[in-house]
Amino acid sequence: MMNLFILQLLNGVQLGVLLFLIAAGLTLVFGIMDVINLAHGVLYMVGAYLIATFAAVTGSFWWGLLLMLPAAVAVGLVIEFLVMRRLYARSHLDQVLATFGLVIMANEAVKMIWGTSPLSVPMPDILSGSVPLMGPLQYPVYRIAVIVAGLAVALGLFVMVNYTRVGMLLRAGATNRSTVSALGVDINRLFAIVFTLGAVLACLAGALVAPVLSVDTGMGESVLILTFVVVVIGGIGSIKGAFLGALLVAVVDTLGGVFGPILLREVLDPSAASQVGRMLAPMLVYILMAVILFAKPAGLFGSRA
Amino acid sequence: MTETLTAPAAGRAPRRIAGRVKAAACLFVLFALMPPLAAALDDPFWILIGTRFLAYAIAAMALDLILGYGAMVSFGHAAYLGFGTYAVAILSSYGIHDLSLQILAGIAVSALFALVTGAISLRTRGVYFIMITLAFGQMAFFFFISLSAYGGDDGYGLTQRSSLFGFDLTGRDGALYYVTLALLIGLFALCHRIVNSRFGRVLTGIRENPVRMEAVGFAPFRYQLTAFIISGCITSIAGVILANQAQFVSPAFMSWHRSGELIVMVVLGGVGTLAGPIAGAVAALTLEEGLGALSEHWKLFFGLFLVLMVLFSPRGLTGLLEKTGLMRGKS
Repeated sequence: MMNLFILQLLNGVQLGVLLFLIAAGLTLVFGIMDVINLAHGVLYMVGAYLIATFAAVTGSFWWGLLLMLPAAVAVGLVIEFLVMRRLYARSHLDQVLATFGLVIMANEAVKMIWGTSPLSVPMPDILSGSVPLMGPLQYPVYRIAVIVAGLAVALGLFVMVNYTRVGMLLRAGATNRSTVSALGVDINRLFAIVFTLGAVLACLAGALVAPVLSVDTGMGESVLILTFVVVVIGGIGSIKGAFLGALLVAVVDTLGGVFGPILLREVLDPSAASQVGRMLAPMLVYILMAVILFAKPAGLFGSRA
Repeated sequence: MTETLTAPAAGRAPRRIAGRVKAAACLFVLFALMPPLAAALDDPFWILIGTRFLAYAIAAMALDLILGYGAMVSFGHAAYLGFGTYAVAILSSYGIHDLSLQILAGIAVSALFALVTGAISLRTRGVYFIMITLAFGQMAFFFFISLSAYGGDDGYGLTQRSSLFGFDLTGRDGALYYVTLALLIGLFALCHRIVNSRFGRVLTGIRENPVRMEAVGFAPFRYQLTAFIISGCITSIAGVILANQAQFVSPAFMSWHRSGELIVMVVLGGVGTLAGPIAGAVAALTLEEGLGALSEHWKLFFGLFLVLMVLFSPRGLTGLLEKTGLMRGKS
C-alpha cells in the first residue's frame, strides 16, 4: 500500500511538473495581456508532433529535442504575429472565438499532416529502464528525468521572473499594464516575448511527455482544461500559484483515481465502491477547484478577481 | 469587455425590438414552410436535419439570454444539452416516455447544476468566468463518460422517441419537427418577455455598469444567477429534442467543442438580439454541413472562417450584413 502510494505520488508530481510548464505560459499570457487563449493546448500537441517528426528524421531523441525548440519559437512567433497580436484590445468573447477557431484549424491541420493514427517517440537509451527507489520499489528513469527537467525549468523561470529586467517588466505588466506602457516600455514587444516563451514551454511539455504517451490529436484537449483549472486555482498571473496549483491538481487527480475507490471500500460494498469511485475520480479536480474558488474567488495567489 | 456588447442607442430601441420580432416571425414562417417543401422535393431527410437546426436554435437563443443580455460568456453550456439528452435516456429506460416529464426532469437537473456552478462562477468575472464555466462543463462531461450504465463514452441508443400527451413521436419526423418549432416559438416569446421585463432591464443595466446598478439598490449577483439558471434550463429543452432527433445520447453532446459552437452561433447571428442567434444557429450548421459536403477537412475551413470573422468583422453576421447594407434599419 505504501509502495503504491509512493509510486502514484511520483506519477502525480511528474504530471504536475508538466502541467506547470503549460500553465506557466498560460498564466503569464492571461495575467499580463488579459487574453484568453484556448489554443494553448494545441501548442502542447504541436510540441509532441514536432519532436516525433524530428526524432524520426534524425533517429535521435536529443536531436529531436534540440530541433524542436527553434521550431517552437517559430510557431509561437507566427501565431502571435498573425492572430494574437490583433486580439489584445478585443473583448474576451472575440478572443474565445478566434482562439477556438485556431484549435479547430490546428487539430484538423495536424490530422492532415501527420494522419490520424497515433505516433510514438522512442525513449533515449540513457534514460530507459528503471532505478530502485527503496526496497523492491522501481521507478522509470525517464519519469524521474522529466521531473528533474521540469523543476529545472521552473527554477529558471523563477529566477527570470524575480531577478531579471524582463522578469521585472513581466511582474509590472501583470500588475498594471497601462503604467508600464506609459513609462516607455514597448508593450507589444513584451507581449510577443511572453507569448512566445509560453508557447515554447507548452511545446517543451509536449515534447517531454511524447516518449511516455502516444502522440495523437486529442492530447491537447484534456490537458488544456486541466491547465485552466491550475491557472484558476493558482491565481491568474502568478507563477508561484501555477506551480503549486499544478502540483495540487496533478497529485489529487492521480491519487484520487487510485485511492478513491480503495477508501470508498471502507464505507461501501466493493462493487458500489468501484462504481462510485470511477465516477467521482475524474470530477475530483473540479470539486477541488470549486472549493478553493468558493473560499478565494481570485485563486490562491491571485491579486485580481 | 462590455464595450462590444453595448446596447443600441436608447431612442432607437423600440423600433429595433419590433424589427427583431418581425425578423423572428419571418424565420418562423420559413421554418414552418420547410417540411412541405422538403416533401415536395422528395427529400424528407431534410426534416430530420431541420429538427437539429431548430434544437440548436433554442440552445443558442438561451445562451444569448446570458451572453448577450448579461455579458456572461458561459463556455459550459453544452452540459445543459447533455442533461436534456440524458433525461430522455434515463427516464425512457424506466419506461417514462412522456415528453413533458422528460423536459421537466431535464429542467430540474439543469436548475440545480446551474444554481451551484453559477453561484461559484459568478463570484468571478472576465477570463475567470469563462474558464470556470468551461471546467464545470467538463466536469459534467466526465460524469457522463463514467456513467457506464448508460454506455459511458460509447453512448446509449434509444429504441423509441418520447410521446406527447400519449402521441408517440417514434417514426414521425414531421411531428417532431413541428413540436420543436412550437417549442422554439414559445421559448422565443418567453425570452422576449424576459428581456423586456423589469428583470431584463436590470440584467442589461448590470451588463452596462454593475457598480452603478448596485448603488441604485439592485444586487447584481441575484439577477445574474437567476438569468444563468433560466438559460441553463432552456438549453436543456434543446437537449431533450436532440436526444429524440438522433435517438441516441452520448457525452459527445456535452464536449467543450459543442459549448464553443453554441457561442459561435450566438456571435454569428448577433449578440443580444435573440432572433439573431436563431439565424446564427441555422447559418453555423448550414456552414458545417456545406463545408462537410465540400471537403473531408472542412474543419480547417470552419476554423479559418472563425478566425477571419473575428479579425475582420467583430460584430458577427449582422455586423457583416449591416456593413454590406443588406439589413440596414431592419434589425
